[in-house]
Amino acid sequence: MAFVTALVAGILFGLGLLLSRMCDPQRVLAFLDVTGHWNPALAFTMGGAVLVATPAFLFARRRRVDLFGQIVALPDRFRFDRRLIGGSALFGIGWGLSGICPGPGLLLLTGGSVQSWVFVSGVVAGFYLLGLVPASSTDGASGDARLAGKPR
Amino acid sequence: MAPDLWKSLCGGMLIGAGAATLLLLNGKIAGISGILENAVKGMLGAKAWRVAFLLGLALPAAVLGLGTIDFAASLPVLAASGLLVGFGTRLGSGCTSGHGVCGLANLSPRSLLATTIFMGVAVVTVFLVRHGALLWHS
Repeated sequence: MAFVTALVAGILFGLGLLLSRMCDPQRVLAFLDVTGHWNPALAFTMGGAVLVATPAFLFARRRRVDLFGQIVALPDRFRFDRRLIGGSALFGIGWGLSGICPGPGLLLLTGGSVQSWVFVSGVVAGFYLLGLVPASSTDGASGDARLAGKPR
Repeated sequence: MAPDLWKSLCGGMLIGAGAATLLLLNGKIAGISGILENAVKGMLGAKAWRVAFLLGLALPAAVLGLGTIDFAASLPVLAASGLLVGFGTRLGSGCTSGHGVCGLANLSPRSLLATTIFMGVAVVTVFLVRHGALLWHS
């Protein structure tokens, strides 16, 4: 059952990335290029996504279980640390260089281009690279531990 | 509103519907970098729903086609970009989907800070790549 519902969720998400053209690197770069020929379209995508997802999150945070009664572990909402700031900054550089973030990267793989495989291989290599950095130098745990704790 | 913007808005609503579905029916957050990391590195038993979500994610593009795609960066830049995206999203515990969509929908100040940083840094990066030469020569 979890397999089927996750598949459906993925299909909806993937359809959205396709319809909004979020999977086109040039379109993403046009959104990020605020001083050039700025294309604000992806702000509508972001807004639409947050608008639809917000009631679901409000429901889950209040109930603390999903519709099947399984416990939902929502991430901490008030933890600000060096990992968050440094990681987000590095991600921003990577995203700005190519116009591709993880979801669109996976969509692009279906086209079979060398470019998409090079990008996604880089992403996976980045996951392993982080594992080589001692946790003490980035203060805090990684993996599923970041999702632990009571939702605030 | 131009048909283009309607598509962007409806696409976004579908993305939100996907995130809402995963939250309400699986009790999970649709953070793609985290799901991908755990699908690649995680234990076999915990993988099933993650692999299903990622398969579903790629399915519409596989069936309907990607449409016109224009890669802006060269292969070495794409490799460097991928590394930064993989390393950075895991260090910061989220990407455009996890912090940008789910975190903001969860009214999380932590995710708002993350989203502000990665969007701001991406804007600056694009500016330097595309218009940096103007600064250099002025």
